[in-house]
Amino acid sequence: MQRQDRLLQAFAFAALLALPGLGLAQDRAPEAPAPSTPALPDKGQDDQKTLKPVSAFDNIADETERSVAIFQETGKVLLHPRCVNCHPAGDRPLQGMDQHLHQPPVRRGEADFGVPGMMCNTCHGPKNVNVVAQSEDIKSIPGNPKWRLAPIEMAWQGRTLGDICRQIKDEDRNGGKTLAELVDHMANDELVGWGWHPGRGREAVPGTQKQFGELYKAWAATGAHCPDG
Amino acid sequence: MVTFTLNGRETTFDGDPDTPLLWVVRDGERLTGTKYGCGIAQCGACTVHVDGMTRRSCITPISTLEGSSVTTIEGLEGSEADAVQAAWRAIDVPQCGYCQSGQIMSAVALLQLSPAPNDDDIDGAMTGNICRCATYKRIRQAIHDAAKTLEG
Repeated sequence: MQRQDRLLQAFAFAALLALPGLGLAQDRAPEAPAPSTPALPDKGQDDQKTLKPVSAFDNIADETERSVAIFQETGKVLLHPRCVNCHPAGDRPLQGMDQHLHQPPVRRGEADFGVPGMMCNTCHGPKNVNVVAQSEDIKSIPGNPKWRLAPIEMAWQGRTLGDICRQIKDEDRNGGKTLAELVDHMANDELVGWGWHPGRGREAVPGTQKQFGELYKAWAATGAHCPDG
Repeated sequence: MVTFTLNGRETTFDGDPDTPLLWVVRDGERLTGTKYGCGIAQCGACTVHVDGMTRRSCITPISTLEGSSVTTIEGLEGSEADAVQAAWRAIDVPQCGYCQSGQIMSAVALLQLSPAPNDDDIDGAMTGNICRCATYKRIRQAIHDAAKTLEG
């Protein structure tokens, strides 16, 4: 009897789960969700568009905490689609603030520069190029002399800021860079710098590369500690 | 003034440095085999070779080509180009033909780097060349056929 009861209970539960779904499938497509409300108030959104100076962290007495806080500030840049889109976890770059898969559907290739017949420089030249054609959403084609995907060991897509922090300190996963070289890369590399000058029709990453570099220098000087998450 | 090589001939351009290569080639040099499709690097009709690699000429400012070697469909030559031309003719690849110049430029670039491509290699190379007549299956077949003739 007990077994029968459990079977009946299981059936009833399954029916409850399945029926609303069936109803929707038969009648109409699910209604569009209500427009999302901003996760941050206006002031917070403005905060996401700028970088705080290093001095803003001087009031954190504990050096480890200060280091973590400084790194979290740089996360506004690292986690921005302008950066993550070319640090994908898969075989294809991403595009746009919604991080959709790159169109045309290009591939990473052996050298992170596309495949024979369709290398990155088929479209991406040494500088951003404004398109002269009419287009609703493509106002320019991005470019840079170093344009290519980050190697797969440098993938950031889907990772937490803490994961990325540990990753970029790891010489096996950062292109063999020492901490000093990493700071210099963040502060001066021209492809990193593209994030602040992404071309017409694209949102730039927050702050300036100079501010970003200063934050990295301060982060390294305070022990280069990473967030837990 | 920009000086570059076009189909083996030294060429100069002294107009607006932002002029797309496509218009230098078509309007300035009267080489109209290269086509205008979308103007935003999404269709592949304007593909040429710059220093041996495929390039969408509609979004390539002429100012970026100082000293470069540009090849259009009119100047394409070599064993891969011959093999592709023969293969294209043998099975009548084009339908309307508008995109075919770009298709051929990509196909030849593929074979120059990868002489025996599999289907996946071909799809990877040709993914940015759109054909409104959907001749994709014949394009893929013709690239395989061209690769076979290059073997021998």
